[in-house]
Amino acid sequence: MIFRLQNVGMHYGASEVLRNVTLSFDRGELVAIIGPNGAGKSTLLGIMAGLRTHFTGECRLEEKPLAKWPRRAFAQSVSVVPQLQPVEFPFSAEQVVLMGRMPFSDGMFESAADEAAVAHAMEITDTLQFRTRDFRTLSGGERQRVILASALAQSPKALLLDEPTTFLDLQHQVSLYRLLRNLCRDGLLALSVTHDLNLAAAYADRIIILHNGAVVADGRPDEVIHNASIRAVFSTDVEIQQGPSGRPWIHYGR
Amino acid sequence: MAVKKVTARRVWITSLLSLCAMLVAIAILPLIGSAHIDYGRAIAGQSPDAEILFGVRLPRVLLAMLTGGALAAAGVLFQALLRETLATPYTLGVSSGASLGAVIAICLGGSQVWVASLLGAGLTLLLVMAVASESRRMSSFTLLMAGITLNSICMALILFLQSFASFGQSFAIVRWLMGGIDAVPYTTLAWLAAAVLPSVLYLFWKSREWNLLAVGEDWAATRGVSTSTLILSGYLIGSFLTGTVTALTGPIGFVGLIVPHGLRLTIGADHRLLIPASFFLGATFLAICDTIARTILAPAEIPVGVITAILGGPFFIWMLRSRSKLH
Repeated sequence: MIFRLQNVGMHYGASEVLRNVTLSFDRGELVAIIGPNGAGKSTLLGIMAGLRTHFTGECRLEEKPLAKWPRRAFAQSVSVVPQLQPVEFPFSAEQVVLMGRMPFSDGMFESAADEAAVAHAMEITDTLQFRTRDFRTLSGGERQRVILASALAQSPKALLLDEPTTFLDLQHQVSLYRLLRNLCRDGLLALSVTHDLNLAAAYADRIIILHNGAVVADGRPDEVIHNASIRAVFSTDVEIQQGPSGRPWIHYGR
Repeated sequence: MAVKKVTARRVWITSLLSLCAMLVAIAILPLIGSAHIDYGRAIAGQSPDAEILFGVRLPRVLLAMLTGGALAAAGVLFQALLRETLATPYTLGVSSGASLGAVIAICLGGSQVWVASLLGAGLTLLLVMAVASESRRMSSFTLLMAGITLNSICMALILFLQSFASFGQSFAIVRWLMGGIDAVPYTTLAWLAAAVLPSVLYLFWKSREWNLLAVGEDWAATRGVSTSTLILSGYLIGSFLTGTVTALTGPIGFVGLIVPHGLRLTIGADHRLLIPASFFLGATFLAICDTIARTILAPAEIPVGVITAILGGPFFIWMLRSRSKLH
């Protein structure tokens, strides 16, 4: 197991945002975490990213508690794609991606290996053409792909993505999940918080539903996505059919 | 507009060009003034050229350079630390503390105003840190809130003291608050250089980490940077630079804003380029402003803060306009 969470809970002031979350994740898995707004999805991702430290229970990466990981060593294994990353200063897209090599660099300048990792990450995310562009002048979707490239340049074992398709057009939404699927075949653990149930159902190996801070379902898409679970969690009636690949397909109706 | 790639060669060339600009300024600026002097006569020790050059103008140019360089480097640092292009070395309250110390010394009739100013800067630094550390971890936000609050308190206390000061004291207070460069002994310059140069070198050494912090704290943390430690060290070094030079010259506005921002527009946001270029060109800029301040209405002198503000004001408005166009 690469990640193991045992009875993880978290409060923001008096409100409990996560309770008794027990999960484990292995390499090669593409996992989607779904749930309504405020279910605790981003908080869970924040804990696993080492950004939220005041939680109860235990979260381990490769059997070692997160608190015992030196920051730099942790960043060599786990990278994060945030939902939104504003940049105030005129960094180029390539400079933003190069920042992903920081956990591997010691000197003042990037090595040839860093440059190669960055070129590869930009190529597979279709961002090479933005290389010299000021990051701030890119569209939302282009920025999101550059951020993904930066996270991939970290050569992570686990990639945590918070609503990665929010700003992407249809082509790049599909390319993102195809890319994740391919990377997972090579051993990456990809954990994606998403509101797009159809993309999750189409590409994820496993879907976790969070509701009111607790895990209410965890399994293969066809085990988890059904009328009762969607109605219970999202308070919405949908029509669920089986797609050609045998995976569930959600019709929202009118 | 394309942003150029940052390579070791580019960093060296940019730094060397900026250093050359500073060296040219060191060579030329001491020659400018109401009394004509000749380098040959001054170096030969002939009077009065030697006294004017080595006793008055050169130490003044060197003080302006150390001050301008320190303020510009601190400006770059605080802008990265707070992720705000409008941040200045004075945003986090240290200079207000230095000013309060100086004002107390002036009101008490003390002669060592700079010592009181340095003490004021140090005390404010400790207070801001104590307030900012109240939360679980030191973040840019808690630092900014603590700094702005202490800034307001110090400014209020300065106004309170000034309202009870005599006419002469009040004039001295206003004059100090305008900022000004004077000739100082070479021993003072040596101490200042010993404080400023290693601090700027430290900032340069941490350039890549400031790059990450300038994007975001979580961004830096997920790329292996210990953000709390980095923010704390940045605040301490930036405040040390600001407090030290402010104690000697008073607050001199706009240097820490104009130089970093102008450079960011021309050479980009990478701190490996920005920190050395800001230091050398900030030094050059303030030395030029001070030369204007002491010659334009000679034999009368204008406080250098007035010149930097007159040049800085229009630049500030232009910056705000270009910023709003971009967003």
